Order: sequence, then C-alpha cells, then structure tokens
Amino acid sequence: MSDEVIWQVINHQFCAFKLKTDKGQNFCRNEYNVSGLCTRQSCPLANARYATVKNIGGKLYLYMKTAERAHMPSRMWERIRLSKNYNKALGQIDNYLQYWQKFLIHKCKQRLTRLTQVAITERRLALRDEERHYVGVKHKVKRREENRERKALAAAKIEKAIEKELLDRLKSGAYGDKPLNVDENIWKKVLGKVDEVEQEEEFDEEDDFELESGDENEEEDESDVGEVEYVEDDGDDDLVDLEDLERWLDDSSDDGNNDDSEDEDDDDSDDDEESGKKRKSTSATDKNKKKRRARVEIEYEEEPDQLQTNIAI
Amino acid sequence: MSQSTSEALKNIKNKQRRQKVFAEIKHEKNKDRHTKRAERAKAERLNPELKEERLATNIPETIESKRVFDETITEEIEGVDEFEQYFGGALTGEDPKILLTTSEDAKKAAYEFADILMEFLPNVTFIKRKRNYKIAEICQFAGNRQYNNVIVINEDKKKVTGMTFIHLPIGPTFYFSITNIKDAKRIEGHGNATNHIPELILNNFNTRLGKSIGRLFQSIFPKRPEIEGRQVITLHNQRDFIFFRRHRYVFRSEDKMGLQELGPQFTLKLRRMQKGIRGDTVWEHRPDMERDKRKFYI
Repeated sequence: MSDEVIWQVINHQFCAFKLKTDKGQNFCRNEYNVSGLCTRQSCPLANARYATVKNIGGKLYLYMKTAERAHMPSRMWERIRLSKNYNKALGQIDNYLQYWQKFLIHKCKQRLTRLTQVAITERRLALRDEERHYVGVKHKVKRREENRERKALAAAKIEKAIEKELLDRLKSGAYGDKPLNVDENIWKKVLGKVDEVEQEEEFDEEDDFELESGDENEEEDESDVGEVEYVEDDGDDDLVDLEDLERWLDDSSDDGNNDDSEDEDDDDSDDDEESGKKRKSTSATDKNKKKRRARVEIEYEEEPDQLQTNIAI
Repeated sequence: MSQSTSEALKNIKNKQRRQKVFAEIKHEKNKDRHTKRAERAKAERLNPELKEERLATNIPETIESKRVFDETITEEIEGVDEFEQYFGGALTGEDPKILLTTSEDAKKAAYEFADILMEFLPNVTFIKRKRNYKIAEICQFAGNRQYNNVIVINEDKKKVTGMTFIHLPIGPTFYFSITNIKDAKRIEGHGNATNHIPELILNNFNTRLGKSIGRLFQSIFPKRPEIEGRQVITLHNQRDFIFFRRHRYVFRSEDKMGLQELGPQFTLKLRRMQKGIRGDTVWEHRPDMERDKRKFYI
C-alpha cells in the first residue's frame, strides 16, 4: 500500500491514533511518532521510511523502519542502542540517518535531547530524600474523622478523667505529706480520717523512732502513726479494714520498688529517689512533723493491671 | 404508644386539627416522662440504694465498652525497646533536650505553633529550618549534641497539619496529624501558665502501640515535675484521638478539685510509626482501618 493512500485514509477518514482538537492542529497518540503531531511528515504509519527515538526501561534506542522490511511487521523496526553520552548519541543519529530526510534527523535529535533531559530530572528526583510523605485524603474520610473526633472528645470527659487521676495521686501520696496546693484545713481533714493524733505530736523530735518496714515511703509513715493506735494486732489484714487507709496506700505499692528493708531515716530525700517523680521532697516541712511512732509492718496488695492504666506520672 | 398515636391521627383529615391533636399527645407523653422521673428521683433520694442499683444494672453500651479485643492490651513491651536509653537510667538523670524545627519553606502558621509549643516544652531549642540540611542530618547533629528528641512541625497551605517526633539516638519516629489547634488566648477563662515543669497524665494508652506512644511523651518531659507549679499536662487518648490539654489544679476537698485551663489545646492522631530515624514503617494509618467503628489501635 502506498504511503499516499494510507495518508489519505488517515487524514480524511479515520485514524485510531488521531487526537482531534478544535485549534486546527491534531495530535498523534502513536508511540512511534517522533514529534507527536498528526502531519504527513511525522506520521509513522504513512511513511515507509521513518525514524524515532524511544526510551525503553531507561535506555534510549534509535528506531528506524525502511520500505524493504515493510512486509514483515515483526521485523519492521530496526533499533540501535544509543550511547549514554549525549554528544556521542547525536553522532550516532547523524551516522545512522546519514542520507535520510533532514526533517527526521532534526526531529530525532530534538527527541533525544528531550528524553535526556527527562532522564536527568527523573534521576535527580529519585535521589532526593522526600521529607514529606503525602497521603491523599478523601473528603468523605476527612469529614468522618472530624465527626469522630468531635464525638470522641465528648465521650472522653477529659476534665473528669484528669480530676480522677489527680485525686488518685493525692491519695496515693504522690504529693508528699503536706502538699503545697492544698488548704491546710482540707489536708487535715483528709489526714484526720486515718490519723487523729497527728496534730498533738506535731513538733516532736525524730530521734527515738525506729521503723522497720518492707516497702513504704515517708508519707505513709505519717499516716501509719495513728493507725497503730487503733489496730494493735500485727496482722496485715487489719489495716485493710480502714478503707481510707487502703485507698490512701493503694498506689504506693506501685512505686515502692525498694525491697531492701532499710531503716528509714528522717531524711526524705533518700526516699524520694526511689519513690519516683511523684513525690516532692519537702524535707524542711518533714522535720517539723516527725514524731514518735511504733514498729509497724505493712504489706501491700498488688493491684492487677487495670484496663485503663495511666502509665505516666 | 406510637402505634396508637398514628391510629388516632389517621382518621383526622383536617391538617390543622391533626397537628393540634398530635401536639397534645406529645405534650402528654412529655408530662408523663417528667412525672415518672420526678417520682424516681424522689424515691432515690429517700433510698439511695435504689439509685445504686439502677446505676449498676443500667450500664449504657458505649463504643469503648464494645471495643474489638486487642491482644496487645496489658501485654509487656516486646522486642527492642528504643526508649531503653532514656528510661534505663536513674530518675535523677538529665532532663530531656528537645530540638524543635519546622518543615522546609515554613510559613507564619508553623512559627506561631512553634511558639505555642515552646511555652510548655521544657529544655527546647528552636532552629529555623534551612534547606541545606535533611532531617536525617539534623537528627545526626542533634544526637551528637545530646538531644533526646527532634520535633518537626509540618505545615501545608499555611496551616499546621502534623508533627513528626523523632526519638534520638536510635528512633523510633512518629508522625501525628494535628487538628483543632486552639491557642490559650482563645480559651474562655484561661489562666496564665508559669514556668514550672508540669506533671504529665497519659490516659488510655493501653495497646503495645499506645504504650510506645506514651513512652514517647514521657521522654519529652523531665522525669521530676515541679509540683509546686500545680500544672498538669494531659494527653488523653479516646478512640485513637489524642487530646492535649494543660490545666492548673487545686484540691478543694478530699473529693473535689478545681481545674483551670491554661491552654493550648490540640488533637493528635497517629498516622505513621517508623523504626529508627524515618526507617521502615511499623504502623501506618489507612482510611479503611476506620471502617469498623469499634476497632482501635492505641
């Protein structure tokens, strides 16, 4: 079939690769097209002698077809690997397309230039460490998340949760035996539940008390003082009877990581190291509050891990 | 009741009259409910056990209570613990150092948010981001200078959209999205914060992933808070949203306390967790993870 007949069909009837525009210039979708335009000269179908440059897996090839191989579609295109060196590749094109039309030589060189530039850009982008990892978010998902956040906030009751946690810490003795942030009267009331004798003996010296206890902190000692008066037995369970004390001491078993039963001295600072950041050393105030106390042994119940653990302090 | 209501209304052809009848029925129902509740309240006031009983039996089902079982809840941390270096030491160890920076080409919003963060983050250094250095390089520099954490504020279209937390020296890396940032000034009745090191409350970080997030936040704040400041920072996880709040508290009685919000507020949501410094992705949020309302990961 002559080229002219093909071109007549393509131009005037139909071509599957033609992309019509309303601007007077049609484009070509055929991947062998050297310029991308739908013209007589650059049509890869209507030219028996044709050449183009293609990028196959990052390698550039010069593709050529001649009328001699037109009857064998499987062997129609002859391809030559182009050098990575741009100047050498230009020379190769000159060499292989020596007596071809000037148009094809020029267009092949233009295409080579463009593909080389694209390859350089691709390589640069691939090397670059993208700081951001962009994820598309659909409007529906965005709206769903907004709504779920709003509902989660309502379900959280954050202030209540905070209050509960802080009160737990107060009762566990995290704030020492005389928290700065509590009105003294209130604190006495809290203490009064477990210790009524405290106020009388407030300024006693600390010289003559000895305490052997497995794991306890200084502020627990304070709470124990009155406790011993009520519960004479040395059994552990008796202590549990008083619910307040239990509540009070509940959490101290968590931070009591000192197994070595050391004689607790009047110094609070030793203790602080062990009991963790929960506690604040108020040794100055402690010394005023030392008083005589009896020998007590206390054992704590280990609380099983709750579902809703508050792991931080 | 509704059946009889519709029955009663069915045969009334006049619309206005129908509406009137309907309003009357509705009013009756309301009145009925109110009297019943008043009676119940009265009975319960006389006999508090009734209320206890009612509250014990009538437990509403919530999304939380119907949560899909997660086998990592209450499990110990497994495998390599990247936070070992920070938590391994004594409690009196050095306070954490934080390096704060923004994404490249940050706009005003990012700097404003950095100001907000610097108000409560202790030991923090802000570095204006330059194009010369990649995140990995910044992490290397920071690691050599004994920083524990690098925080990168991500900003898109003049809005702060996320934060990357990189724990040094060996990771892991967390990326959170940020929503609903509210500056202290915009919070009604807010207090003014002091410079004390706040306490930290981490609520509901239960799963293995949640625990490592909890440890991340713990590693940002010094181990010993200054409790005379009476300030507390809360990170409350609810349905995988992490709400950040800051309050000042006072104990009014043994059961009552007062809270004053100091601000800021914002909400974090974990999007990605990576090993090391932006290494392999361990966990990544996908939209289809949310298809089941009752499945939570933190």
